Amino acid sequence: MYGEVRVRTSLWSAGLAVLLVFVALVSTGLGPVTIDPHVVAMAVLNALPVPTAVGATRVDLGPLAVPWPTLTTERVFAFEVADSHQTIVTGIRLPRIVLAATVGFALAAAGTVMQGFFRNPMADPSIIGVSSGAAVGAVAFLVAPTVVPFGLGLQLSAFVGATVTAFAVYMIATEDGRTPVATLLLAGIAIQTFLGAVISFLQINAGESLEQVVYWLMGHLHTSTWADVRLSLPVVLVSFALLYAYAEDLNVLLLGEEDARTLGIEVEWTKRILLATASIVTAAAVAVSGVIGFVGLIVPHMMRLLVGPDHRILLPTSALAGAAFLVATDTVARVGPAEVPVGIVTAALGAPFFLYLLRTREVHAVG
Amino acid sequence: MSDWTAPTEDEKRVFNGDGDSNATIEVREVDVRLGGVAVLSGVSTSVESGSFVGLVGPNGAGKSTLLRTIAGVLSPSAGSVLIDGVDVHALSSREASKLVAVVPQDTSLSFAFDVRDVVAMGRTPYRGRVRTGDPVGRERVGWALSRTETDHLAERSIADVSGGERQRVVLARALAQDAPVLLLDEPTSSLDINHQLRTLELVSELVGEGKTVVAAIHDLNLAAHYCEEIVVLSGGTVLESGPPEHVLTEGVLEQAFDTRAVVTRHPVTGSTYVTALPDRPEPTRGHVHVIGGGGVASRLLYLLSGAGYEVTVGALNEGDSDLETARSLGLDAVAIEPFSAVDGGARRAVSRLIDRADVTVLADVEVGSGNLVNLDCARESRSLVVIEDRPFGERNYAGVEGRELYDSLRERARVAGEDELLSAVASALGSEREL
Repeated sequence: MYGEVRVRTSLWSAGLAVLLVFVALVSTGLGPVTIDPHVVAMAVLNALPVPTAVGATRVDLGPLAVPWPTLTTERVFAFEVADSHQTIVTGIRLPRIVLAATVGFALAAAGTVMQGFFRNPMADPSIIGVSSGAAVGAVAFLVAPTVVPFGLGLQLSAFVGATVTAFAVYMIATEDGRTPVATLLLAGIAIQTFLGAVISFLQINAGESLEQVVYWLMGHLHTSTWADVRLSLPVVLVSFALLYAYAEDLNVLLLGEEDARTLGIEVEWTKRILLATASIVTAAAVAVSGVIGFVGLIVPHMMRLLVGPDHRILLPTSALAGAAFLVATDTVARVGPAEVPVGIVTAALGAPFFLYLLRTREVHAVG
Repeated sequence: MSDWTAPTEDEKRVFNGDGDSNATIEVREVDVRLGGVAVLSGVSTSVESGSFVGLVGPNGAGKSTLLRTIAGVLSPSAGSVLIDGVDVHALSSREASKLVAVVPQDTSLSFAFDVRDVVAMGRTPYRGRVRTGDPVGRERVGWALSRTETDHLAERSIADVSGGERQRVVLARALAQDAPVLLLDEPTSSLDINHQLRTLELVSELVGEGKTVVAAIHDLNLAAHYCEEIVVLSGGTVLESGPPEHVLTEGVLEQAFDTRAVVTRHPVTGSTYVTALPDRPEPTRGHVHVIGGGGVASRLLYLLSGAGYEVTVGALNEGDSDLETARSLGLDAVAIEPFSAVDGGARRAVSRLIDRADVTVLADVEVGSGNLVNLDCARESRSLVVIEDRPFGERNYAGVEGRELYDSLRERARVAGEDELLSAVASALGSEREL
């Protein structure tokens, strides 16, 4: 039971992590310039900061000087790699691949949680309007940067739009301290429809920025930078850790809220944590990549068929599989003769695969 | 939710989680409103530690609502529920779930968790945020599986077990919870008779080991047999409560369920035994008077009454089982003192009934000087059916007079066996109508 779950989780996660690294290495080698996998590996190692020493320094806090730990890292590897290849790997392809992995990880994790939370197989990370909110923030920035307050950048505008929307939907659906799941779902749909209208209105008035807007809305990774990674990866990892800590509560919530309560779950509090965290994870992904569909819907289903409904194992495996899936689909998106937005590829691959699952295996209810 | 004041003695006992502590339930003047409608009003009852209380009442009486309120899921708009002296609604879910475990009515588990995982969810109140091994939990889950005889299912998916097995799995989950109070909402509703009994036997055993159990039970006879106390709910209030034999009376049942029922003792188990009767249809089929005695007419009375006739009977001695049947069926009967003969007053009453009756039925009754008068009255009947399963000679204690009277009746009557009663009465009624 407990031990067994831990062993299975470790094995599956390790396997999927290996798969992810493999897909990432292959992907890095592919592009207009093909680079051998071993060259890729050497280039990555060359760029890898390895901790070499732990030290301490003093930080002056006004009159107080406190010791502060420092970590010295060095690039210890110096393999022979052509400069152009080194730049292509670490400067161009790797940030995009790491970002794709981060976004895939986040969307699949959030999708898993939302499907369990809503006990609805069609739930996806954007079910309570997170993506629409992010889109409004991003499009507003692209169309009229001056209206966005506080001088927020594109990503932060999207992030703020997403979290504000999720919070608003939650507040609308809450009455007397209770948030019925069905009300939440309907409020989410209503808000998404409304925000869809706002986005259309902004698009009509987009003028020259229309192309940018359309690209953003379709989901994209082609402008990825290490700055995007630094922005989203920490948020995704911390949020994921919190979701994972609630994996068993999510299992119990599958029994229904009343049963969960009599089994000792603080239902409303747990729902709030799960919803807020899943929304933040989604927002962190959508803010840097736009709306990439199907990852958060299909990957959890696929993994549920493979590992079962227990979120202790489903959540980490879905996240890792989502990462590998998005890296692979983004590779397809950029390697072709003309680059297409990755959202098109995930939908084009994901929808038929989902229909295949629907017809051949049981993707009826959750589990 | 948790209180910031120091825990009281009661709360300490709760936190220490000793499974079968003294767990009385005290429901005090509880009002519950659901969607603006008062579902419970002024419900008070108390359950002693280690007892088995059955909650009965018609659909919509508030049984589930009361259980959910005791479990702390629903908050009363007035009143309180104390378990072992602690107000459950002041406790967090976690604390409450260490006190009360619930087996809900419908268990919608349509996802593929293993049975063992489902039972292990009963350990939720004892689980920390950081996952660690839980040897105690594992032992309790194993115990719960074996108590409910579901251990052979442990590795099966919950989606693949039958309804009865699933019910036992959910019971196992509640047992793994190690709460001193167990609430069951219709625990036997989806079970066949064998599993109903096994489940209730198990619950009885658990009560014997110190659990306090409150169960909403549909089947009044199961409730009467297994529960030490019965609480009858009707229209959101407690109609009656106490030991089954005091509570399950015809009057209470009629008031609660709006149906007629006969309460007797079960001949084998000795428990209070309730037989619900079909609602009496409007007596449009005709009036049948039955002459019986000594229990030979009881079945006839059931059959005729059930077939929709207006049935009268008499005269019968007090204490005659036919008379008890007639009363339990709510029939008009002419009664006379025990062991006395039919006297003038009774004779007039019987004559009046026979005169009014479309058909008179003479049961396969033993005839003596005391009840010869009944036969005499039957001569005036408009149409007569004589039930004869034994030769009259075997049951004639009235000599030649009896024989002559009987033969004269038999001559103009339809003679039938008990099994042909209804067709005989129908045809007698038909020809009587034609006349």
